[in-house]
Amino acid sequence: MDKLSVITSFVHNIVVFNIPLLYGTVGEIMVEKSGSLNLGVEGTMAVGAIFGYIFGCYANSLGVGIMVAFLAGALFGLLFAALTVSLQANQNITGLTLTTFGLGIYFFVGNSVKANGWPVMGNYSNIKDGFADIDIPLLSDIPVIGRGLFSHNMLVFLGIAIAVGVWWYLKHTTLGLKLRAIGENPAAADSVGINVKRMKYIHICVGCGIMGIGGYYMGLNMSGSFNSSCWINGYGWIAVALVIFANWSPAIAIIGTFVFGFFNTLRVSGTSIAAAFPDQFGWLAHIPTQMYQALPFIITAIVLVVMSIRNKRGSSGLPSALGQNYFREER
Amino acid sequence: MAEQYAIEMRGITKTFGSVVANKGVNLNVKNGEILALLGENGSGKTTLMNMLSGIYTPDSGSIHINGSEVKIDSPEDSKKLGIGMVHQHFKLVDVFSAADNIWMGKEKSGFVLKKKRYSEIDSIIKRFGFELDPEKKVYNMSVSEKQTLEIIKVLYYGAKIIILDEPTAVLTVQEIEKLFNVLRRMKEQGHAIIIITHKLNEVMDISDRVAIMRKGEYITTVNTQETNEQELTELMVGRKIDLNIDRPVVETTRPLLEVRNLTIKNDEGAVAIDNVSFYIRGGEILGVAGIAGCGQKELCESIAGLRPIQSGQMIHKGDNIVGLPPKAILEKGISMSFIPEDRLGMGLAPSMSIIDNMLLKNYRDSKGPMVDRKRGRADAEQVIADLAVATPSPETPVRRLSGGNVQKVLLGREIKAGPNVLITAYPVRGLDINSSYMIYDILNKQKVDGVGILFVGEDLDVMISLCDKILVLCHGKVMGVVHAHKTNKEELGLMMTGALDLSEKYADKPAGIARDTLFGENNNGQEG
Repeated sequence: MDKLSVITSFVHNIVVFNIPLLYGTVGEIMVEKSGSLNLGVEGTMAVGAIFGYIFGCYANSLGVGIMVAFLAGALFGLLFAALTVSLQANQNITGLTLTTFGLGIYFFVGNSVKANGWPVMGNYSNIKDGFADIDIPLLSDIPVIGRGLFSHNMLVFLGIAIAVGVWWYLKHTTLGLKLRAIGENPAAADSVGINVKRMKYIHICVGCGIMGIGGYYMGLNMSGSFNSSCWINGYGWIAVALVIFANWSPAIAIIGTFVFGFFNTLRVSGTSIAAAFPDQFGWLAHIPTQMYQALPFIITAIVLVVMSIRNKRGSSGLPSALGQNYFREER
Repeated sequence: MAEQYAIEMRGITKTFGSVVANKGVNLNVKNGEILALLGENGSGKTTLMNMLSGIYTPDSGSIHINGSEVKIDSPEDSKKLGIGMVHQHFKLVDVFSAADNIWMGKEKSGFVLKKKRYSEIDSIIKRFGFELDPEKKVYNMSVSEKQTLEIIKVLYYGAKIIILDEPTAVLTVQEIEKLFNVLRRMKEQGHAIIIITHKLNEVMDISDRVAIMRKGEYITTVNTQETNEQELTELMVGRKIDLNIDRPVVETTRPLLEVRNLTIKNDEGAVAIDNVSFYIRGGEILGVAGIAGCGQKELCESIAGLRPIQSGQMIHKGDNIVGLPPKAILEKGISMSFIPEDRLGMGLAPSMSIIDNMLLKNYRDSKGPMVDRKRGRADAEQVIADLAVATPSPETPVRRLSGGNVQKVLLGREIKAGPNVLITAYPVRGLDINSSYMIYDILNKQKVDGVGILFVGEDLDVMISLCDKILVLCHGKVMGVVHAHKTNKEELGLMMTGALDLSEKYADKPAGIARDTLFGENNNGQEG
């Protein structure tokens, strides 16, 4: 194998396999900026994945798949919002419950459909073609990294676009300002006439919808092969950690995704890199995979420590009221 | 036709569970009038006002604005009706700039957030005649700046009816004067203003009429010009009350706590207390006066062992206490109760019951691994009885009590430990007259029993009548120690601002160093 193409495919894989993290992280950032901590990212992504995939295939349309994945995620978010915003349930418990519940739905629906004939992705030309790589002119012609970074399926570009969009929304729009106010101090937001409940509902649903698309992506990336392990495979949990790594900024989340993705991909591609460059990277083959699996969490822990050391007021993106339910008449 | 009121509340009743917070309350304010709302802590003033601001909705009764009945279901409704409230605990987003705090509640503010908003808000601030940097973040603001921001906010939203809940509790004398000038100006412009305050001199100074509440019920409304402080107090408390503060003369002991050349840094690393010396004898109250944030907090924390000192010495009955853990200092009989600006932050666990908060202090005395709840309950019941704490039961979480009762619980617990030195900071912050006097009585009783008291206070009138001596701080430096009966407010004011320095008044006796000092007696006070 050509040595340089190993690098190219390594870079390509970093992007392809880890964009779902970006969806999950950006969705969760939107939810958390409203002051709600939704630990059910894993479950939300699973629900978005299974419904998006099945309906997308039935309709033979990638667009329908994305829409349904978004809606399924948003509906799941609606459940979270109803439980925590209206009924004041504990957010941590609700999130954990939704993880279990979401995975349950995933297997229940998946197995039911499988019993009647599983839709194989290869049979649906629009899905297959829609998910094919698109070359960005000129940029994708850059040697070595061009194809790695700029030749991807449309969902990769959509994910980046959503991240940039959410970043802009939070930082540069009035609604974003109001949302951040709710996450910081819901009583203050309420007192100036911001409809706290409505804002929370909307942003929890939209954020969870974004997670749902991320789940759908994972399904497509696995070519839709449904078996005993869930497509999401813990990515939802890494997304929760990535939110902290990104300091609640969707822009940093893009970088964070690729940093996490780098180590994630190293686990898969480590041996081929070691084979291609035995002198420089031969040692990669000797690192146990468990080490790579633990890395995202070790990095998050390090980031947390670093952030708390240089803790300057106003520099943390952590919403002050995160995880606390708001009840106006609370004394 | 009857006179038209800006606001008229008729027969308002509001209950929380079994607690009746307001019972058939009537209240009215005219445009261009300042109404003071007076009542003891827990008499339902804030609850009543929160029904105007949309935080609560009344169970029964009606609210009329400019003659027509309205329904206020949310703060949004309240804002639309032109009501603006400056809450006692500011409703501001700390990490936002001043401009953004205003902007976030603006209607039709456009989709995109533009830099232009800063200049727009800046011109508004100037138009109202205030001074505030629109780009300044709230967490960098002083209390008075935060309050200014709150007032600008309600004015900007077009409020014609302005409610201020204890706006002066945390302000200095100069800031209060500034605030009152603003209120008078707003009154001239035809705003209706309701102000809640416990300070009777302020009520007399600023208001046109005074509405009085007692235990959730409306008592009466009187014209300010036709009344006096004594009458207001009686209406509020419901019985005659003596407004003089006692200063019993007690035989003093040798110095209990002596502090020499103490220097402390604050959280930001700046010098908070600069080369301060003082001493407290048993049976005297030493007041500490100074503009807010002059190192009072750091001083209290250092004595209690909660904050490391940079240099200096502290001895208690001749024994060094520098570097001792808080527990050891406590065991020596030095008790500290500090009431911070938010009144709940220090010393008590808000969601725990009164009993549990009692146990926080003396759980070590119980034998074995189990907590002696029986004793905690007895302690709690005694404090409730001794200090007349208004609470449904000793099991009630502390945060459900009104501010004054929380403070009583804290002070009661500290006294329960039987200290010989009691450090108390702002013990009457935000308290009504009756509770305040009760606290003064408690302190005086301790003093008679031979306890040395360090009283960090705000109200100079009170300090002059309660304390034996007053130590004045200015930017962490001692401006002198004066005898309370030989000084006056003006002199203290000048010292607080640093215009008068009496620290070297007596060449033979430097301020804050006792003639009969215990330094050097137990070999612990060596200079260093």
